[in-house]
Amino acid sequence: MSLEHWLKVWASLPVLLQGLSVNLALLGGLLSLGFFLGLVFAVLEVYGPKPLRLCAALYSWVFRSIPEILLLLLMWFGPAQFGVRIAPFTAAVLALGLRSSAYQAQIFRGALQAVPAGQMLAARALGLSKFQAVRHVLLPQALRLSLAGWGNEFAVVLKDTTLAYAVGVVEVMRQARYLGSREMPLTLPAYITVALLFLVLTYAGLFALGALEKRLRIPGLEARR
Amino acid sequence: MLLRVEDLHKRYGKEEVLRGVSFSLEKGETKVIIGPSGTGKSTLLRCINRLTEPDRGRVFLEDVEITSPRVNINKIRAQIGFVFQDFNLFTHLTALDNVRLGLMRVKGLSKKEATERAMRELARVGLADKAKAYPAELSGGQQQRVSIARALAMDPKLILFDEPTSALDPELIGEVLSVMVELAQSGMTMLVVTHEMGFARSVADEIIFMEKGVIVEQGPPEQLFKSPKHPRTVEFLRRITELYGGEK
Ligand SMILES: Nc1ncnc2c1ncn2[C@@H]1O[C@H](COP(=O)(O)OP(=O)(O)O)[C@@H](O)[C@H]1O
Ligand SMILES: [Mg+2]
Repeated sequence: MSLEHWLKVWASLPVLLQGLSVNLALLGGLLSLGFFLGLVFAVLEVYGPKPLRLCAALYSWVFRSIPEILLLLLMWFGPAQFGVRIAPFTAAVLALGLRSSAYQAQIFRGALQAVPAGQMLAARALGLSKFQAVRHVLLPQALRLSLAGWGNEFAVVLKDTTLAYAVGVVEVMRQARYLGSREMPLTLPAYITVALLFLVLTYAGLFALGALEKRLRIPGLEARR
Repeated sequence: MLLRVEDLHKRYGKEEVLRGVSFSLEKGETKVIIGPSGTGKSTLLRCINRLTEPDRGRVFLEDVEITSPRVNINKIRAQIGFVFQDFNLFTHLTALDNVRLGLMRVKGLSKKEATERAMRELARVGLADKAKAYPAELSGGQQQRVSIARALAMDPKLILFDEPTSALDPELIGEVLSVMVELAQSGMTMLVVTHEMGFARSVADEIIFMEKGVIVEQGPPEQLFKSPKHPRTVEFLRRITELYGGEK
């Protein structure tokens, strides 16, 4: 692993960054899907009628039990069996997003349950419907309480985007692998560079979330860690 | 008649918390409910606006049966203010937004109208200068006054108070009681659970003494305090005087 190899890898940095942008697109897709579904399932699990509550609990259990790599492969090969072809990128967003939604649902559920019961009572006593109470009183508080846990989930799924490699998405890991297969000695420098890129990304993401938490902070409503 | 409660029953598991409670309230009247703790006073108030569903019995607000399954309970609740023992201000909202929320989301007022109305009510409880403060930045007495403003803003036909001063430090009780006295004098219809005998004596049209899920005795304050008929009332009044001191 000589200086020459490092220079070659760094000359290919644009290619690696281009791969990384695919990871970021995956991240955006899976976090949004996970956030939306997670919120819906959390609200259903806490406030929904009994059968829906059970469905939400079942969903959470299933998607937290199956190894992610397996979820990915199932999402990739499964639909193909029935003649439905989905792009590797889409399969990855779906598999990782569904998995993330199960974890995010747990984060939001815990936060919703941490809001004192008096808040719901006061909202209903004013004449707000249950939906309005959740929307205007419970969720704004629960989401703030969720921020710390959500940062954790962000750091986890950021790394998970590299799993998309397994179904053929040309993301940063695959780009690094290409470099290595062109010239064997480039493998290690390329992998180390990718590791450094993830260090930077995680730091930047958590920093941004910390800033958001500070911006949204309200006296008497601090997120517990 | 503004409020009529007929034969309310409520049980939690084996425990029968309300065992047939009936009374009524005329427009502009203030009635005070007293009674030992665990007697069902909070349950009674919550059954009136169906925050808790009664098992049996009926409640009427003017001519509308609140307990009818066909009624739109959210519309009814908007007409009945509720002030809680521990305030229950919305933690994430400023005093102003606490008062505005119901106006905008339930009454459908525009932001401008709601702001004007909310500021008027905050001024009425002496807290216009705290409009931008969050609940955690206010004293207990101030929080309770904001919660009264929140109830008042909805222009309710009736306000239910569930021990509004019980969670307050003694030196903060006065500011809340004086807001309530003013309200009563301004003609608001009020049903108040409290152990503040001075308040009861000076503003209540009638005192209701409740024990173990039933009304034991009711009557105007001078009668109930000076010459209670029932031995249970005598006993309770003796204990409450020991606990809270006499006249305040
Ligand atoms: N949600 C509930 N579930 C079960 N028991 C309850 C509930 N709410 C009140 N109770 C019981 O009902 C009884 C009356 O309570 P409450 O109405 O709060 O009395 P009070 O306000 O007079 O002190 C108490 O024994 C209490 O434990
Ligand atoms: Mg009570």
